[in-house]
Amino acid sequence: MFQFTSKAKILAYVLIALGAVSLIIGFTSVPGDHHAEGHDTEMHAEAGHGDAHAEDTHAEEAHHDDAHHGDDHAEEGHGDAHAAAGDDHGHAESHGAHGDHDAHAEHAHHQQQNRPWSAFLVNTIFFLAIGIGSIFFLMIQYVARAGWTVGMFRIFEAVGLFVAIPLIGMLIIVFTGAADVHHIWHWMADGIMDPESANYDAIIAGKEGYLNNTFFIIRAVVYAAVWFGVIYLVRKNSLKEDQEGGTKRYHKIFKIAAFFTVFYGVTSSTSAWDWIMSIDTHWFSTLFGWYTFAGMFVTALATLNLLVVFLRFNGYTPWLNENHQHDLAKFMFAFSIFWTYLWFSQFMLIWYSNIPEEVTYYMQRFGQYNTLFLIMVSMNFIAPVLLVMSRDSKRVMGLVSFTAVIVLVGHWLDHFIMIMPGSVGEYYGFGWAEIGGFMLYAGLFILVVFRNLANAPLLQKNHPMVVESKHFTL
Amino acid sequence: MATTSSKEIIRALYDDDDVILKAVKDVREKGHRVSEVYSPFPIHGLDHAMGLKPTRIAIASFLYGCAGLTTAILITWFMMNHDWPQNIGGKPSMTWAQNMPAFVPVMFELTVFFAAHLMVWTYFAVNKLYPGAEAQNPDKRTTDDKFMMEVPVSGNRDELVELLKSTGAIEINDVNENA
Repeated sequence: MFQFTSKAKILAYVLIALGAVSLIIGFTSVPGDHHAEGHDTEMHAEAGHGDAHAEDTHAEEAHHDDAHHGDDHAEEGHGDAHAAAGDDHGHAESHGAHGDHDAHAEHAHHQQQNRPWSAFLVNTIFFLAIGIGSIFFLMIQYVARAGWTVGMFRIFEAVGLFVAIPLIGMLIIVFTGAADVHHIWHWMADGIMDPESANYDAIIAGKEGYLNNTFFIIRAVVYAAVWFGVIYLVRKNSLKEDQEGGTKRYHKIFKIAAFFTVFYGVTSSTSAWDWIMSIDTHWFSTLFGWYTFAGMFVTALATLNLLVVFLRFNGYTPWLNENHQHDLAKFMFAFSIFWTYLWFSQFMLIWYSNIPEEVTYYMQRFGQYNTLFLIMVSMNFIAPVLLVMSRDSKRVMGLVSFTAVIVLVGHWLDHFIMIMPGSVGEYYGFGWAEIGGFMLYAGLFILVVFRNLANAPLLQKNHPMVVESKHFTL
Repeated sequence: MATTSSKEIIRALYDDDDVILKAVKDVREKGHRVSEVYSPFPIHGLDHAMGLKPTRIAIASFLYGCAGLTTAILITWFMMNHDWPQNIGGKPSMTWAQNMPAFVPVMFELTVFFAAHLMVWTYFAVNKLYPGAEAQNPDKRTTDDKFMMEVPVSGNRDELVELLKSTGAIEINDVNENA
């Protein structure tokens, strides 16, 4: 049995408390942020709106001012700003009739307001990846009737059940977004689908059938209910299997797993479109769902490798040896390569064809986010290739966990770079909200996962393939 | 591949892969050397039981891969930028570095091609499998459903035969190998 030591408990509570506090600081310190960090763009200064968008009331005033002025000089200025930032959200067109100074000021203000929410979204997606990736991994073991992993199923279950926490976080972000509390998803803006409105954007309006608040909320709730429902049922059956024996429960989980694999095959893509790709609403990539899935799966595998190392190192799982570690590390290695393959496939086609509406996505990432972007790719590709390609290195716990940490940091950055450019643009950073959100989730992760581990025996004694798993050699 | 000079070798035939795997372990535990095992299919863990050195083909493969990568970089540069400069994807920079993404598929494929092919040829060469090579299989039955172990005699021959029989050998043959 796994012992949830008081030391680990204290660590979890401290992380939760610190994380919650700094997240609150992140949320409350929004309006001043922009000036404090000196993020003023040339454009703002030029347009004389430096102060106007610090507070809502000021922005409103500015709006009235501009409405009376001619539009000519405003339009010029706005066009330049967008070109300089390499940022094409179509706000220029959509806000045209409003007076563009004002539109830009409002846009910049929204971006700053978005920052804590976006940071929270990055961390939510990151931890959601760990949870849903573990569920997926557990489910494909059942579908493939794999034997070698059986000794680790309880670990996958424990991490999979954690998915409830980031799913709650995700639902909060979805509902607040629909209620206009933040503006991460640009297509939610008022009047953007309405031809009569000043905010009208024909391209976004064309996506109304899929991107509308009602359907968006329904989808989010369905994902959350089914994903968590599946792992809840699996856990229930696997605990009953310990009591009852026989293969009845095993076959039942097999059926659940078959359903989940198909369901997740579709929803992994649609959820990625909903929550991440629709941030850059004009832009789309047919590969995006797979790309996001690959990143999420690697994140989960790196976490599972770390957990298995932790449990083996502390002697909780004598039935797991370097053979199991080897194969689990192989998965992490292979899916790092797979992720890179998809990253490159998405990038190269866009780079090669050079079509403006596609290229903007990478313009911003190779512009404003250049350093982070390149660091991220090398962490996620070169590090695993160099560190765990050889057979021997995959059997060394230290090397596997070192690589797993690099991969985790790399994929956190990957999610950051997927979400931030479209929602906060140039106003990104690593401050209270980013670090606080991470600590909050990390604390909850330790608390929930360790509690789940301690609640049940670490080995499913009645699983039909538990002996095969014990004798697994490579 | 056994090359003991004019030494007596015993060939023991088995009819089960698990039995011969256990037999190899037992015979080696008693201090004998198992010089070769013939089997119709790979037996998991046999290399370890025979005490074979780990293969170095991975190192060779890595070097072949590096050679493939270098070749790919050179031919893309020579063909696309140097000998006959081409405008790639509307980016007429004519430099290798700026057109690199377009060459990644070539680099990847040639790395894999070199590593895989040269690794196979290396494997054949090391195992003396080339056109015209003499057959090394002493007993045709080991290509069907039998397994054979070769043990050079060191010390008492009869004791060794007894040991082999006790491990489940169904047939024992003596060979005098003149080298």
